[in-house]
Amino acid sequence: MRALRRLGAESVTLVLATVIFLVPFAFMLLTAVKDQTQATDLDFAWPTDWPIVANFVAVVEARDYVLLRAYVNSTVITVASVALLVVFASMAAFVLQRRPGRVSRLAGFLVLSGLIIPPAVVPTIWLLQALGLFKTLPGMILAEVSFHLSFAMLLFRAFIAAIPRELDEAAQIDGCGGFRLFFRVIFPLLRPVTITVILVSSVNIFNDFVNPLYLLPGDENATVQVTLYNFQSQYNTQWNLLFMDIVLITIPPLLLFIFFNRKIVAGMTAGAVKG
Amino acid sequence: MTRQHVGPRTGPGPVPGPGRASRRRRDAAYPYALYLPAAVVFGVIFLVPTAMAFYFALTRWTLFDSTFVGLDNFRDFLAEQNLSIGFGNTLFYAVLTSGLKVVLGLLLGVLLTSRLRLRGFLRSVVFFPTLVSTVAVGITFSMLLKPDTGLVNEALAVVGVDGRDWLGDASTALLSVALVDVWKGVGLATVIYIAGIMSIPTEYYQAVAVDGGGAWHRFRHITLPLSWPATYSVIILSFIGGLRSFDLIWTMTRGGPGFTSDTIASIIYKQYQAGFFGLSTAGNVLLFLIVTVIAVPLNHFLGKRQVAV
Amino acid sequence: MKTSHRMAGAALAVLTTAALTSCGSGSGAGSGPAADGSVTLKFLVDNSMGTTATAKALTDAFMRANPQIKIETETRPGGSEGDNIVKTRLSTGDMSDVFWYNSGSLLQALNPAQTMVDLTGDPVLAGVQQDYLPVVSQDGKAYGVPAGTLTGGGILYNRKIYERLKLKVPKTWAEFMANNDTIKAAGITPVIGTFKDSWTSQLFVLGDFFNVQAAVPAFARDYTANKVKFAGTPAAQAGFEHLAEVHAKGYLNEGFGSATNDQGVKMLAEGKGAHYAMLSSALPPVIATLPQAATDVGFFGIPGPDASRNGATVWEPAAVYIAKTSENVAAAKKFLAFIASPPAAEAVTAAVPPTGPYRIKGAELPEDAIQAAKDLQAYVDEGATAPALEFVSPVKGPSLEQITVAVGSGLTPPAEGAAQYDKDVEKQAKQLGLAGW
Repeated sequence: MRALRRLGAESVTLVLATVIFLVPFAFMLLTAVKDQTQATDLDFAWPTDWPIVANFVAVVEARDYVLLRAYVNSTVITVASVALLVVFASMAAFVLQRRPGRVSRLAGFLVLSGLIIPPAVVPTIWLLQALGLFKTLPGMILAEVSFHLSFAMLLFRAFIAAIPRELDEAAQIDGCGGFRLFFRVIFPLLRPVTITVILVSSVNIFNDFVNPLYLLPGDENATVQVTLYNFQSQYNTQWNLLFMDIVLITIPPLLLFIFFNRKIVAGMTAGAVKG
Repeated sequence: MTRQHVGPRTGPGPVPGPGRASRRRRDAAYPYALYLPAAVVFGVIFLVPTAMAFYFALTRWTLFDSTFVGLDNFRDFLAEQNLSIGFGNTLFYAVLTSGLKVVLGLLLGVLLTSRLRLRGFLRSVVFFPTLVSTVAVGITFSMLLKPDTGLVNEALAVVGVDGRDWLGDASTALLSVALVDVWKGVGLATVIYIAGIMSIPTEYYQAVAVDGGGAWHRFRHITLPLSWPATYSVIILSFIGGLRSFDLIWTMTRGGPGFTSDTIASIIYKQYQAGFFGLSTAGNVLLFLIVTVIAVPLNHFLGKRQVAV
Repeated sequence: MKTSHRMAGAALAVLTTAALTSCGSGSGAGSGPAADGSVTLKFLVDNSMGTTATAKALTDAFMRANPQIKIETETRPGGSEGDNIVKTRLSTGDMSDVFWYNSGSLLQALNPAQTMVDLTGDPVLAGVQQDYLPVVSQDGKAYGVPAGTLTGGGILYNRKIYERLKLKVPKTWAEFMANNDTIKAAGITPVIGTFKDSWTSQLFVLGDFFNVQAAVPAFARDYTANKVKFAGTPAAQAGFEHLAEVHAKGYLNEGFGSATNDQGVKMLAEGKGAHYAMLSSALPPVIATLPQAATDVGFFGIPGPDASRNGATVWEPAAVYIAKTSENVAAAKKFLAFIASPPAAEAVTAAVPPTGPYRIKGAELPEDAIQAAKDLQAYVDEGATAPALEFVSPVKGPSLEQITVAVGSGLTPPAEGAAQYDKDVEKQAKQLGLAGW
């Protein structure tokens, strides 16, 4: 009886979640496979025509295969900046949480400021120009790192606080201090939050749109979100191609997430603090 | 419940300093050098341009040249016609979205760490909206919320409720955008909560199991208090995010109809779009002050909170 | 300290890899002529279908005639986001050799004297109609050549509905409203509103400028000098009142608050709505999918109070300019001279149906032009046109579209809307540092 009720509750949850979260997705898919006239209606009508291949080819070929270059650029930017972000932010968050004082108060304030203040576009361009990094991937990567640092540090700091200090002290008695203490003892314990930071900041950086638009102009430097502009303009939009593009740039990260889901869960559990 | 009073300290705030004797050893364990890479990148690429921008808040700036005008921009921004509507909307939006994200994120987090069948599938489903670009979300929901052919109104009609022009109607536009924001953002909150719940040592649950506590007891006395780092992160991130939010508002309503769903950030964005760069920077400085006044005490309060198991 | 070194090494490796993969991507102003005399020009255009198709027709035709010059087209978003990109690239010295941008007041905000090549007196301008030059000039110096055609801003109407209901093109606002009554009685939406794309709500105000000028000939000059306002000038405030009246009489389609521009054009072409206050340039992009938009949709200027003074407000074509940072000015000038010639107009006509007359000497509207363009040509032939206010005054408030949505949705009374707009304009004039504000 109880098992039955449980099954009922589970199915209800499942159906509800599916409807709320997947109906919009169904709409995107449906629009992506319509012809242009019908897509303009933006409704749930069943496609009268199925130009799936034509739409797909049109999107991939648009502007001399810019989408493929955009994939490469976005992937490089995302992977490199997330790697730097995790290392830099976790290290800094560790000192910030463990060593109170004037320096950390200032750092804490700067972390909040980073969350609050939007990046100043034009001065950032001047600065990157001065460093010779404007319109280069390294410049874009460093910019993404600095724009997402606050977010990552905030998460790391909150979770480092949950790690008992006794651990540090024990490690110190074993002669472990500073960098070694952090990377050998603390960092492995941060696995659940590290995975969260990786997930969330990859999504944010992969989907970033305004910063690449200004800091990385030019067709050869395109990133995936900027390709949406190929099909959407101020006066008219090719909705079917726009949604095909949206689907194409959303599905790879989704597949990655589904594929790694098991590993992600395993990683999170393995990182749990044992007592 | 033998462990009632020995829960770990989980507030992220600074710890009361230890005695003078151990300070030197402590400093050696936590060298400032660990700050260095983050500080260099953040300082050079974020702080320097920001400081430059703050100077331009005092100028009339066309990008080609700038004239120093003192505090004129601040005066002009404060005289902006719809600023008070925008201020009210900003608070409403931030409180509503962050509140819902905390509650729903926690519930989904608990659900998705329980022994649910299809847990993996549901996790992907809930996380999916965060992967979709804001533009796509905006267009999709604008369509679903359309008055005549939108699915939301058609579904409401089935149960006998008369829908309305959700985004075109001044009284529901902002609320509708806020709910879409929650739809898009709750996956993030859930992921953070999953990490928080996963970080709770299993011994605590075992202790409850030994004491014979039920699921509610377990949630109330273990999961809720011990996932505090997650709660803290979700509140701060989504509240500050909500105060600053404009991208979804911009794609769905452009602050309209008229000015009824404008927030401070969307008003600032409009000045920027119009090419009033000094004015928009002044707006950003003011927004920074407002958010700081709200967020710093909040951060302090939440960070200091001790766990009361 | 082994661990930390390893981590730092990994970070460095990531950076280096990234640096290597990004080599050789320099673009921007491009480099000078290559050894074999061939030149590559970069051409930045906005991403609207009309512009990209026009740009492609122009560059293809030009490259066929000049094989030693290659043109690479790059796109940017349109609207105010696009304005900011153009400003950012000009001010950071990163503009492409030639670029497509609005004429009129928006050009004034680009500091042309500092950022563009002065073409005054240059043979490049030989093919340009003289009365176009003021909209690409600042302080008497001209900087661009017209790309594309004149556009009418007024009422696009469905001729099939007019035929069926035996209606006449209205010469006064009262006649227009009477037509709307008849159309509504026939069960058709009289006026299409698409306020989701808020810019479309401005047409009743901006497209009314012919009538403003007819009533107050010195309006543009006095307005720029801060001597006259929208609120308190009955002829100028009329646009706001029309907008409110159309809403109050229930002439708008259901869901006008969330309808988009595409949907509006589609409704009009399919005969689900009779009138749409719009630019004639909204039509060519949809002709491929809605062929009847070419024949069934006509154009008339927004009617004013007086049938004897009836005319249309027009938008001048955008222009192509040369960035001062270009290293290929000679090749760029060659390209601009080509754009301002009848062969270029023919190439464009073959690719994009013109929305009105060209501004190039000797370029004619083709026989099979779309109906709206022919209707506009008739106004031009009669001399019954006036350029929109933004082509004769640098003053234009950025919030007009939000204000017109509010007025057009009945949220704000028209007089209050006009007053709000005056305040908005004042802020803009101050930010531009105009004299007298």
